[in-house]
Amino acid sequence: MKLDKAIIKDMYIRMKRIREFETKAMNLFAEGAIPGFVHLYLGEEAVATGVCQALNDADYITSTHRGHGHIIAKGGDLKYMMAELYGKETGYCKGKGGSMHIADATKGILGANGIVGAGHNLAVGAGFSAQYRGTDQVCVCFFGDASTNQGTFHESMNLASIWKLPVIFVCENNGYGISMSQARHQAIKDIADRGTAYGIPGISVDGNDVIAVHEAAVEAVKRARNGQGPTLIECKTYRQRGHFEGDAGKYKPTEEQEMWMKKDPMPRIEKYMRDSDLFTAEELADLQDSVVKEIAEAIEFANASAYPELSSAVKDIYFDIVEEVRSR
Amino acid sequence: MKKMTYGEAIREGMRIRMLEDENVCIFGEDVGAFGGCFGVTAGLFDEFGDKRVRDTPISEGVIIGCAVGSAATGLRPIAELMFIDFLTVGMDQLVNQAAKMRYMFGGNISVPMVVRLPGGGGVSAAAQHSQSLEAWLTHVPGLKVVYPSTPQDALGLMLSAIDDEDPVMFVEHKAMYGMKGDVDDVIVPIKLGVGDIKRAGTDVTVVATGKMVHDALKAAAKLEQEGISVEVIDPRTLYPLDKQMIFNSIEKTTRVVIATEEVKRGSFAGELAAMISEACFFNLDAPIKRVNALDTPIPFAPNLENFVLPNDVDIYNAVKEVMA
Repeated sequence: MKLDKAIIKDMYIRMKRIREFETKAMNLFAEGAIPGFVHLYLGEEAVATGVCQALNDADYITSTHRGHGHIIAKGGDLKYMMAELYGKETGYCKGKGGSMHIADATKGILGANGIVGAGHNLAVGAGFSAQYRGTDQVCVCFFGDASTNQGTFHESMNLASIWKLPVIFVCENNGYGISMSQARHQAIKDIADRGTAYGIPGISVDGNDVIAVHEAAVEAVKRARNGQGPTLIECKTYRQRGHFEGDAGKYKPTEEQEMWMKKDPMPRIEKYMRDSDLFTAEELADLQDSVVKEIAEAIEFANASAYPELSSAVKDIYFDIVEEVRSR
Repeated sequence: MKKMTYGEAIREGMRIRMLEDENVCIFGEDVGAFGGCFGVTAGLFDEFGDKRVRDTPISEGVIIGCAVGSAATGLRPIAELMFIDFLTVGMDQLVNQAAKMRYMFGGNISVPMVVRLPGGGGVSAAAQHSQSLEAWLTHVPGLKVVYPSTPQDALGLMLSAIDDEDPVMFVEHKAMYGMKGDVDDVIVPIKLGVGDIKRAGTDVTVVATGKMVHDALKAAAKLEQEGISVEVIDPRTLYPLDKQMIFNSIEKTTRVVIATEEVKRGSFAGELAAMISEACFFNLDAPIKRVNALDTPIPFAPNLENFVLPNDVDIYNAVKEVMA
């Protein structure tokens, strides 16, 4: 597929934002600036980007514990994201959610999610809602290989299929469910095969090739908007880091890591941009610089922000009730 | 004033809001042409069609999950679980998703959904279809829990449950669906968190929920003949809870019995007792007494089930004890 320069540029910016954001988050976590857990999306940038480029603001996504990439690709604000990772009151969730629970209703981001497989159900709900209200919105459900072993996957694929819901199931097969390799956690190689059981078309693509991902997504989105129902897209990719920061990933064989590093999506898109003669080296460098600057500003914003007021802990549980506080 | 059954009142509440708001819809197992396992949605499929009254496969997880996802994106769904016992299959969707979304997303997303949950025993449905699991729900910040005991309350509370911006768990007692009661001609929503004094009295307070409200009223009638005046309070919503109504009553009576159909261990009745002892200890002239099911699964044989579940005689005896 021949893509416009504008689309490639847009995808590159999204990928670069994810790469830069995650690299900085990795360092900030190591320095202790970010509390809790972070699950980094490094190495999987092409998946979220290729898919989200095929969506509009009004479309929905559900995400996972490894959600930063999805949120950035869907247009999430970098400053509010970084502030949330820090637990600051200016964060997306006022410091109540953290890395695993970022949502932005205005961008159709229905939340990163700490429960593996939970997004499947929610995506079906959002797809049902879009169909019910008669809009042409679609919902993309991002999930990992291991979550296809949860019951929610089965229930959701089945319901989306019989109701012909505008849901695109995007499996990020990054090779591991925490420390368990795909070969150990399921007896199939291609998760796309699972679509057959539900009468849902399944396709496997190179998840480190943003153009291949985008092509598959455009087709699936078209089907969904036309009322032809769900599609399952398996993107074969690789988690370059451990499950979370602090997991050294010793269960990942060295040769395997080396093989996948050669397929790193960032150098690949950059090579494509240079080889296609659409971008000069200078243009590419300018894009990189502007992204680096954006992320630096996001970190500055997070650093300069305050931690939430203690009284906020008992708010936002219900729309009309504030719980009691203790005096301390 | 007209007569209506408990089941009809629940249906009428849903119907009223469906007529007013296109985004209110119902889905669940066999809720369509079949009319629901207990007939509560009967006729709604014919009136509103299969878009708005929709059968789902037997998949409780995605029934609740679909409600959460659609509520977060503009609908006001009413999901029916055939039995409250099936909550186990959809608990993640309720506890980790529906209940948490507003909070963990900093107030950015609302989940205005209702889950209908037929609970309670007394119909020989045995251990997996007879439980009273409301304490599982009241334990979770983010959920609201409603448990009407009369047709009037069922109707008014259903309207408020649908109107609410938060997930509301609507517990219904399956043995009461055919129970008739008066319903006002002018239908108004009943605010969540407002209890009702079902019978005024001065000597002892009985706080009862669901079907136990009727057992409490029966016991109260008998006790009146013996000169004991019982005040029966039905909180109607377990969360938010009308604590003040309960505390005010106890201030007057100085004695309290709590009657719920739950197994006693870890029950909502235990929470009520703890709350009352914290707030009213120095007003109490007798220890708090709880009337609940025995700490067993619900048995099948009618005589065993009857023995395990609490009834009006247990309430009568408990009142006599706190009055002694």
